Amino acid sequence: MNSSPTLMIRLAPWLFTVALLLLWEFVCRAFNIPEFFLPTPMAVARATYEFWPAIYRNSWITLQTTLIGFGLAVGFGLFLGLAIGWSRTIYAGIYPLMIGFNAIPKVAVVPILVLWFGIGFMPAVLTAFLISFFPIVVNVATGLATIEPEMEDVLKALGASKLDIMRKVGIPRSLPYFFGSLKIAITLAFVGSVISESIASNYGIGNLMLQAQAQFQVPLIFAGLVALAVEGIVMYWVMALLEQRMTGWAQRSGFAQT
Amino acid sequence: MSGFIALDGVSHRYGGIQAGPEGILAIQDLTLSVGRGEFAAVVGPSGCGKSTLMKLVTGLQFPFAGHVMVAGEEVRQPVKIAGMAFQAPTLLPWRTTLENLLLPLEIVRPHRGEIRRNRAAYVERAEKLLASVGLDGFGSKYPWQLSGGMQQRTSLCRALIHEPQLLMLDEPFGALDAFTREELWCVIRDLHAVRGITIILVTHDLREAVFLADRVFVMSARPGRILAERKIDLPRPRDLEVTFSTEFQDIVHELRGHIVKARQ
Repeated sequence: MNSSPTLMIRLAPWLFTVALLLLWEFVCRAFNIPEFFLPTPMAVARATYEFWPAIYRNSWITLQTTLIGFGLAVGFGLFLGLAIGWSRTIYAGIYPLMIGFNAIPKVAVVPILVLWFGIGFMPAVLTAFLISFFPIVVNVATGLATIEPEMEDVLKALGASKLDIMRKVGIPRSLPYFFGSLKIAITLAFVGSVISESIASNYGIGNLMLQAQAQFQVPLIFAGLVALAVEGIVMYWVMALLEQRMTGWAQRSGFAQT
Repeated sequence: MSGFIALDGVSHRYGGIQAGPEGILAIQDLTLSVGRGEFAAVVGPSGCGKSTLMKLVTGLQFPFAGHVMVAGEEVRQPVKIAGMAFQAPTLLPWRTTLENLLLPLEIVRPHRGEIRRNRAAYVERAEKLLASVGLDGFGSKYPWQLSGGMQQRTSLCRALIHEPQLLMLDEPFGALDAFTREELWCVIRDLHAVRGITIILVTHDLREAVFLADRVFVMSARPGRILAERKIDLPRPRDLEVTFSTEFQDIVHELRGHIVKARQ
């Protein structure tokens, strides 16, 4: 049976998910856990069905918010990463600031954003942006910083300008780092937008879950979590696909393929 | 008369001129001259400033004191008539072998302006060069699909594609197994014979230096100076068999004596 290992690998994600759900259902029933503490998967599914229009509408809003913030992070992160990789002075000047900035919990920034932009769309977009640009910057800069000095010498001796080296070596070299960082950044962007939605918005999954909590509709809270998980997985998968398409040359190792 | 490459009383510190007077001296009062079309080898104990010498000759760094002349002009910027190859092949993994070869042509004038229009001609030139080092038909392979020896051949081709007048080799065979290394010696030997290019080979393999070079310079331990200069009169073309002759062994032995002294 030659096809069975690959078939197993393809089925594995579904099997493991189903197994987890079954275990969850079983534990809830076996220990008689009350629904307001931990609802069963069945109860969550019922809540999803019952509140589908609200979940659908708010998921869509969260997704849009996240993607706009993420898009800003990609543009800004790429720009800053290239700038940091370009000049040691810019690197020395900006890096400590960025580390400090990244250390600030973004939830603490939301009130300021609300002060500036009011509640709703803008703070959520900006929180998603602020939380997700850092890994992009660091990864792009790392790609540039790890150019082999010999490679640089070969090109410089030919009279290559810094821009030449950047175009021919630096940027292509940092692309795998960049696309790798998108997977991290998109996940973080969801964290940012949901944080902001649950603190300061009337829309989005974050807000939906907050309201469900206020009304003690625990299955609906979990339905919101599941909606976020699904969106997160889909977007992660899109980024992984993009990475594979754009920088397949960097992924030739057979490690962990079976 | 000064040679095609002439270093006169050159001193240099690690980290370049910025390092200031506190920087460690890499080479001190170094004088050597290499004629056009000559094959020179520089040997010495490790850390003797051989790589610094490479950077000074190619104009990647400028001496702290003394003069570096290449082709009759003082070196004040990257010389652009040199090709370089190192111990690591440093090929770009996202480019095929052929595309890696074309890289210098995308940089160096006048080719960089013409390569778009005249790509077919340049590709043909690259393929000919690949064939001359025994890599016919490997142009479409990626570097990681090639063996270490093949990657190093590609790296040599990349150093030669823009037809430089000077080839600088920094221990290019250091990472290869003994048989592949000897094979590549012959590749370099033939390239030198056919093209009449000036070559400076930095190495710590004395047999390699004696087999390939017209003249061998022995450098002292840091700060590097030229301790000895040995003309190699073995007739060309040299066959690998020559490395087993008494004459060859005697020269290697003599040079080894200098190195032993240099390390003390």
